[in-house]
Amino acid sequence: MKKSKPGLYAPLGVGAFMLIPMSNNNLVSIADYSKEEILAILDSAADFETNPNRKTLDGKVIATLFFEPSTRTRLSFETAVIRLGGSIIGFSDAATSSSSKGETLNDTIHMVSCYADAIVMRHPLEGAARYASEVSPVPIINAGDGANQHPSQTLLDLYSILKTQGTLENLTISLVGDLKYGRTVHSLIMAMSHFHPTFKFIAPDELKMPDEYKVFCKKNNIPFTEVFELADNFNDSDILYMTRVQKERFQDLMEYERVKNVYTLKNSMLENTKPNLRVLHPLPRVTEIDPDVDSNEKAYYFKQAQNGLYVRQAIVSKVLAP
Amino acid sequence: MEKELKVAALRNGTVIDHIPADKLYKVVSILHLDNCEQQITIGNNLDSAKVGKKGIIKISERAFAEDETNKIALIAPFAKINIIRDYQVVEKRPLTLPEEIKEIVQCANPNCITNNQPVTTRFHVMNNEGEIMLKCHYCEREVKRDEVKIR
Ligand SMILES: [Zn+2]
Repeated sequence: MKKSKPGLYAPLGVGAFMLIPMSNNNLVSIADYSKEEILAILDSAADFETNPNRKTLDGKVIATLFFEPSTRTRLSFETAVIRLGGSIIGFSDAATSSSSKGETLNDTIHMVSCYADAIVMRHPLEGAARYASEVSPVPIINAGDGANQHPSQTLLDLYSILKTQGTLENLTISLVGDLKYGRTVHSLIMAMSHFHPTFKFIAPDELKMPDEYKVFCKKNNIPFTEVFELADNFNDSDILYMTRVQKERFQDLMEYERVKNVYTLKNSMLENTKPNLRVLHPLPRVTEIDPDVDSNEKAYYFKQAQNGLYVRQAIVSKVLAP
Repeated sequence: MEKELKVAALRNGTVIDHIPADKLYKVVSILHLDNCEQQITIGNNLDSAKVGKKGIIKISERAFAEDETNKIALIAPFAKINIIRDYQVVEKRPLTLPEEIKEIVQCANPNCITNNQPVTTRFHVMNNEGEIMLKCHYCEREVKRDEVKIR
C-alpha cells in the first residue's frame, strides 16, 4: 500500500486547507488523512486482526494522557500498545495530573515528551490536540478533544463499514439521532466523502444536521435527504448509524421524552431492510437501541467496538513509523 | 467638519477613510493605535454618502505593512487606505482579506483551548456559498464574519 508523505497542506474540517508542520506524524482530525492514508490504515488494521500480537513497539514508551476520563477509549489504546510490545505511562483523569495544579497543556506536553515516544491524549477543551501537536516534539494522537474530533472512532467506524460491506464505495448510510452535536457523525461524513456515499439524515428538529455539513455535502456532490421519522425510512440503506440522543441537549424535557421513543430502534423495524444492512453505534448506548436488536445478525455494534483495537494498533504503528 | 479634517492635511503618513462609525474604535484597537507615539487625528460620525456615518483616522509619519492593514478588511471591508508622501496620495491601497487571521479575533466557543490557555488564536478565512466565514484553527468552529469578536 502506498504511503503518502505527511503533506504540507492538509484539509481541515469543512473545506478549509491549512498548514501543518512538515515533520509531524500526528493524528488530530480525520481530515488530516488523505484517502490513501485512510485506506492504508484500514489495510493495516486488517493485518493486525489476523495477528494482533507482535513486538513491533518493543522498547517504545507511549503516554496516554486522559485529562478527562474515558475508560473505553483508554483501555483500547493501551491494549493496542501492549499487544505490540510497547509500554504505557500516563494518567487516566486530570485530578491525578499536574494540570490540576494549574500547569498549562504546553508544559505538560513538554514534560511528557521527555519520556514518551508518542502521546495519546484526551482533553475536555476543543482544539487541545491540535495545539498539543504544534508544541510537541513527539507525535500526538487525538483520543477526543471536547465535542470536536475523535479520529480513531471514525477510523474504526470506517473499518467496520468496510468489513461488513466489502467496500466503502457507493454506500447508502443513514445517520440517526443527535446529528447536531454528534461529532462521530460529522467526522464520518468527512471521511466517507472520499467514497461516493449517499446520506440520509434522520433526526428531530432540535438535533438536525448543521448547515455547514450540508454545505460540505453539496460542495462535494454528495446526495442527502433529511427525514424526521426513523421507522421505515432506512429500508434502502446499507448502514444504519445510530447515536445517542442526550437529555441535556433539550430545553424542553417533554420534547425529549417524545423524541426518545421515536428514535429507539426495535428488532421489528429491521424486517424489511436489506440483507447486508448493519447497525452501528459508537457506544455506550442508552435507550436508542432496544436490547431485542442485539441478537439480530444485523446488529454489529459490539463487534464494531472490538475493531477499535486493530484500528488503534494501525494508528499507533503509523505515527511511530520511521 | 470633514473639510476641516482634510485641510489639516498630512505631510507624510497614512489615512484610513470610510470606516463605518461603529467600527472606528475597533480599527484603532486592531492597529494598536492606542500605543502609537505618532500624531493621530481621529474623526467620527462624519456624514458620508457611502456608509452613512463614517470615521476617519490620520496617522502622521507612519506606514503600515500590508498584512496589518488587511486586518481591517475583516471589520470594515470598504474602508479606503491612502498612503501620503509630501501631501500627495502616493498609494491607494486595496483591502484584501487575508487567508489566515492571527491574534486579533477571539474564538466564540467558550470551550476552545484558545479561551482557556495562553494560546494565540488562528482563523482560516473561508467562503461558504458566498458568505465569508472564519474557522478556528483549533476547535474548528465556524463563525460568520459579522459575528466575529475582536480581542
Ligand atoms: Zn476555537
